[in-house]
Amino acid sequence: MISFLSIFSYQFFQNAVVAGILCSIVCGIIGVIISEKKLVMMSGGIAHASYGGVGLGYLIGIEPIIGAFLFSVGSAIGIGFLKRNGRFRSDVLIGLFWSFGMALGILFITLMPGYPPEISSYLFGSILSVTNSDLALMTSLTILVILPVAMLFNHWKAYMFDEEFATVMGLKTTIMEYVLFILIAMSVVVLIRAVGIILTLALLTAPTAIAGLFTKSIGSRMVLSAIAGAFFCLAGIFLSYILNIPSGAAIVIFTAIIFLLVYIAFNLRIKNRTPLNN
Amino acid sequence: MHPENQNALALNINNLSVKYGDTPALSGITLKVNAGDYLGVIGPNGGGKSTLLKAIMGLVKTASGNIKVSGHTPGYLHKNIGYVPQTSDVDKSFPINVQEVVLTGMLVRGFPIFRKYSQKEKEAADNLLNEVGVYALKKRHIKELSGGEFQKILIARALAVNPGLLLLDEPTSSVDANSRDQIYNLLETLNARMTIILVTHDLLAISAHVGVLACLNRQLVYHGKAELNSEIVSNMYNCPVDLIAHGVPHRVLKEHVHD
Repeated sequence: MISFLSIFSYQFFQNAVVAGILCSIVCGIIGVIISEKKLVMMSGGIAHASYGGVGLGYLIGIEPIIGAFLFSVGSAIGIGFLKRNGRFRSDVLIGLFWSFGMALGILFITLMPGYPPEISSYLFGSILSVTNSDLALMTSLTILVILPVAMLFNHWKAYMFDEEFATVMGLKTTIMEYVLFILIAMSVVVLIRAVGIILTLALLTAPTAIAGLFTKSIGSRMVLSAIAGAFFCLAGIFLSYILNIPSGAAIVIFTAIIFLLVYIAFNLRIKNRTPLNN
Repeated sequence: MHPENQNALALNINNLSVKYGDTPALSGITLKVNAGDYLGVIGPNGGGKSTLLKAIMGLVKTASGNIKVSGHTPGYLHKNIGYVPQTSDVDKSFPINVQEVVLTGMLVRGFPIFRKYSQKEKEAADNLLNEVGVYALKKRHIKELSGGEFQKILIARALAVNPGLLLLDEPTSSVDANSRDQIYNLLETLNARMTIILVTHDLLAISAHVGVLACLNRQLVYHGKAELNSEIVSNMYNCPVDLIAHGVPHRVLKEHVHD
């Protein structure tokens, strides 16, 4: 037990716990919004497009996470603009940005002189190797996600519930949509270090879906979703450390198993409550 | 409606055309609605009824023509328009209770940070719920409501800004007969203080409730007294029609006479 608790004395583990909590906060907030606005695939598109930024970061010698941030924000604004002003369906645009970003990432890394860098931590996450500078960026982005949502909470609620009516009432829903896309992009960057580009959708959706089974208001859904996300992240970190398996995969597999168990238990409870119709 | 406003124009549409891409949705619509009118808009599916409402609210770009709501361009006077969308366009699984739905109708313009609903606003929301007859449901989650109850709550939300012009998009399309009568009675009461434009497929409502009728099939086929005749309906649907159910015209075969 003592040796188990001693892992908390390691800096890398403390960083991982803080990173897990930051991830769960953005998942709790943004996960609920993208779930209600049906923007899950959009979030996937933004996450994968950020890979181009990781590749560019390596190529030009800046922090890959900064490149990921610039690409994810750029793709979020690009998708939003073309969706509003173009003639293409949003799923077509998302598919294009998704593939184009990944392709650019591969191209940039191929263009690098010498041996290719280790990029699996950006693709699949490596929460146990989060540095202090990563944490500083993640903390800043988490605050930038929380503030606009908290400051205009009732406006976001009206926007999520009925966007057309909110527009009729004079709310600037176009601005809100762009802000939301940028918040999604920032959340993706926070999540990349924990679970990686490819696995972000699991943390954005599963805690929210579980919270949705037990809550009847947006605020409580965000709080419960954040708590569930923190539980999944911390459990995944422990499993990763104890079993010596990749942290991103550990978090996502644990999340998916718990989600399935909760889903089955919830449906059994509903089934047992429902009287049979003869 | 105050006597001095009786003759004012609540809505003035001049030669309005709207296109979705290259497809015309509305063409050359000219329509004047007096303050205090109760206008029913009917027409086939795809005839542009909902587009007309969106154009009045400034939600779609116009290809030509102009619209004035109480003398102003759409989008200028948000507080003057109350809008009741089709219930099918609103997500009933969204985690929100009845009182909160009505309160969202009070978030007009601007981004005041950390805005909380005041006690006065909550009382106003309760009064609106009372007016539409669903006050007892104010703490219920919306997914627990019937179609008729939900429709009344959307009407209460539209009334939150005390609008001069109330637009309703098929408010009786998913409600039972009892709720439908209650909604029409409510609209007649509201018409005493506001202009109403009602888009509907419910032809029974036309003769029984509305004061003025507009028939729309991308063009304005008819505008006048709320008296339907077979010539108007045939022009509107481009085919002989005896009955319209859920927006689809039907030919009802005459009963066979057996020898």
